[in-house]
Amino acid sequence: MSIYSIIFLVLITMCGLVGAAFAVDSVFAFHSWLTVAVSLAFLFWGIRNYTTEPADQSRYMDGVVRWGIIATIFWGIVGFLVGIVIATELAFPEVNLFKEMNFGRLRPLHTSAVIFAFCGNALIASSFYVVQRTTSARLALGNLAWFVFWGYQFFIVLAATSYVLGSTQAKEYAEPEWYIDIWLTIVWVAYLIVFMGTLFKRKEPHIFVANWFYLAFIVTVAMLHVVNNLAVPVSFFGVKSYSLFSGVQDALTQWWYGHNAVGFFLTAGFLGIMYYFVPKRANRPIYSYRLSIVHFWSLIFLYIWAGPHHLHYTALPDWAQTLGMVFSIMLWMPSWGGMINGLMTLQGAWDKIRTDPIIKMFVLSLAFYGMGTFEGPLMAIKEVNSLSHYTDWTIGHVHSAALGWNGMVTFAMIYYLVPKLWGKKEIYSLKWVNVHFWLATVGIVFYISAMWVSGIMQGVMWKTYNAAGFLEYSFAETVAAMFPYYVIRTTGGILFLLGALVMAYNVYRTITMTKEEEANIQTVPETQAAA
Amino acid sequence: MDYEVFRQFADSWGLAYLTAVFVIVVLFVFRPGSKKTYDELSKIPLKDDEHVK
Repeated sequence: MSIYSIIFLVLITMCGLVGAAFAVDSVFAFHSWLTVAVSLAFLFWGIRNYTTEPADQSRYMDGVVRWGIIATIFWGIVGFLVGIVIATELAFPEVNLFKEMNFGRLRPLHTSAVIFAFCGNALIASSFYVVQRTTSARLALGNLAWFVFWGYQFFIVLAATSYVLGSTQAKEYAEPEWYIDIWLTIVWVAYLIVFMGTLFKRKEPHIFVANWFYLAFIVTVAMLHVVNNLAVPVSFFGVKSYSLFSGVQDALTQWWYGHNAVGFFLTAGFLGIMYYFVPKRANRPIYSYRLSIVHFWSLIFLYIWAGPHHLHYTALPDWAQTLGMVFSIMLWMPSWGGMINGLMTLQGAWDKIRTDPIIKMFVLSLAFYGMGTFEGPLMAIKEVNSLSHYTDWTIGHVHSAALGWNGMVTFAMIYYLVPKLWGKKEIYSLKWVNVHFWLATVGIVFYISAMWVSGIMQGVMWKTYNAAGFLEYSFAETVAAMFPYYVIRTTGGILFLLGALVMAYNVYRTITMTKEEEANIQTVPETQAAA
Repeated sequence: MDYEVFRQFADSWGLAYLTAVFVIVVLFVFRPGSKKTYDELSKIPLKDDEHVK
């Protein structure tokens, strides 16, 4: 740790102490003390490990990627587990035992844990890995990458504890209050600087397309986060703040943010993963580099306009709703172009779908990407939306894309990357990768088919009139009718979590594998290249 | 900038701008003689991933 890191930590400790001294509410006081404790712990570690020796520039910086992969697995399991708890609460309301585990508090914990903690760590770790390999340069700016990693974990802990303690600014996927938003902004700018700095010192003249997707993800998320979270705190020593926007402007800003969290966090960033790891694992070049460039520019230019489809039949002007719908439909093209590019990369290596369970996972993730990006535009059409909106269909759609695309592509990447990072020839057990594949696949099918049936039933029940012109069903009747589907959904979630636990064990065995074990593990047979 | 002006700008110049960018990107990637370049670039992930150059 350098002298700058130590000065920074001292400043953070002092901020925490001032916050703790003047705190006007208990959550702010708790977070202030947490800041003091965490920064003192790092300070203690940093002084003991004080060094002025520059890092060895002839080697890649992989320590931070290893920690990132472990954090991804850890937060994934936490997020899936909380998902099962809230799914159970929906089926059996008695499980809302006390206020800290109320559905309203745990739901943002689930969404933030899976999107920002699980997917976010996967993106940060993989981007650090990919940018180094594709530029032939070590990560720029020394230990700043470590600050990005630990700073991001601290953001997750602050956000998670604030939800459980009942603090939220009530914006979906942007629940953390103002001071947590400021902290994330600092971490994110550091992330951008590390990534850009590495691109600047690249030895490969061309910037590989995966890095374009990662960069679009980092820059756009920074913009969305800052604009959507513009707010005025009531006190500088309390959690409560008020948004700068109100009414329909607030709603549009929120869904401009919300949909682009999907578009740039869960799509652009993950396409960066696809464009590096699918060719790498299949040992085949990208099917069409031209297509990848058209894919990139059309995807980022279209996605940013799709947000208004979350606000059909609201106070939002009609033309803005139609614009959101039209841009969503146009997204079919780049999305499917990208999916085809990923799948066709297996050209000349199709047999690997049969012989390599990791390739099989990549293929399934791309299939779900295609399915999710077909279903999304369909649901963005106003007429379809009048049936699907506010129903479980939306939840089914989100999970088919998130579990199927983001989950599966992350698992496949982890299975590829862990042996690479810990210097082993292959994952401990490819058989267990296959078991994970099937547990997760069956879990997803349970989940999404239950939600489709439940959602369409719910939408139709809401729209049914009797002969006298009154609504046929009360709201409570629709809730009662959904009970069996909620139980099936929970079962699907449990299977998906079991798969993740299998992965955690497999990764643990890979990291701790001895030389004798390594000599006996199963590997994928070599493809006879068809040129 | 009031609402009407903004809306008219979006569905005229905004639309023209996005369309132009798309056309330029497509023309650019299919420029003559680029096939060899792109075939090389598509192999970047397969290069040595162990050592810094």
